[in-house]
Amino acid sequence: MAAYTATVTVRLKRGVLDPEAETTKKALERLGFELDDLRSADRFELDLDAESADDAADRAEEMAERLLANPTIHDYTVEVDARE
Amino acid sequence: MTVSIVRFGGSNCDRDALRALHHLDVDAEIVWHEDGLPADTSGIVLPGGFSYGDYLRAGAMAAHSPVMADVRDLAADGVPVLGVCNGAQVGSESGLTPGAFTTNASARFQCEHVHLRVENADTPWTRAYDEGDVLSIPIAHGEGRFEISDDRLDTLEDENRVLFRYCDASGEVSPESNPNGSKHSIAGVLGERETVAVMMPHPERATLPDVGGTDGQGVLEGFA
Repeated sequence: MAAYTATVTVRLKRGVLDPEAETTKKALERLGFELDDLRSADRFELDLDAESADDAADRAEEMAERLLANPTIHDYTVEVDARE
Repeated sequence: MTVSIVRFGGSNCDRDALRALHHLDVDAEIVWHEDGLPADTSGIVLPGGFSYGDYLRAGAMAAHSPVMADVRDLAADGVPVLGVCNGAQVGSESGLTPGAFTTNASARFQCEHVHLRVENADTPWTRAYDEGDVLSIPIAHGEGRFEISDDRLDTLEDENRVLFRYCDASGEVSPESNPNGSKHSIAGVLGERETVAVMMPHPERATLPDVGGTDGQGVLEGFA
């Protein structure tokens, strides 16, 4: 077994309205910043022990499917790094 | 034979539902989710509130409570299940009903009376009404915008599983009468069986004559 950190990033599918991101973008513009678009995402860092990086990724993916993301509105990515 | 109103940590419309059902002479009791469902459960209410503080997504945590496996089993057997507001979010998160309820287009919590048009009067929840009837029922939610993929939305419409749409007082459905940006102005939908329904507006808050209108009574009569 080895120690890994799996990072799950959950974001709204393209085309799904994100009112909070829209509000944040407007707030930045009120501060004088110029930007074309703003997208937000949730990031979960999962520390776990696994047989391999692939095994760690599989488990993180299952967590995303079961709870961290809602497949109706979300896409997600999983990245795995070795943990010291 | 009793309607079980499932209380999660953070539910706050459980007692409203209880009083509303008792007013309609429907036997009902509040059930703590960790205790499971009583053997004589003849109907299930997933009440409104803020289960688990809306952490992660509204309804996401409660949807994985062990009691929801029992709810799904009974729903599959034809036991009537109604999810209201947070209960609707729990229902969609648990896969009882299609789509998802997410952040209002306004990005704000909205507490107001809205009008609903009855889209399908051939269900236990709407048999007290006629198709096209306009009801006045309150909403109180921050995450009520109905979202679903376009192809699944088409299927939902084709299968006549839209229960209510937001509308104006005359029954017209328009962007102006859509309080939260829901796709196709959808306020309530049916699961795979017509005995399973979820809706964001609160029929239990429009049932007791002493606290305002009674347009929601017909929905709860689905348990009678």
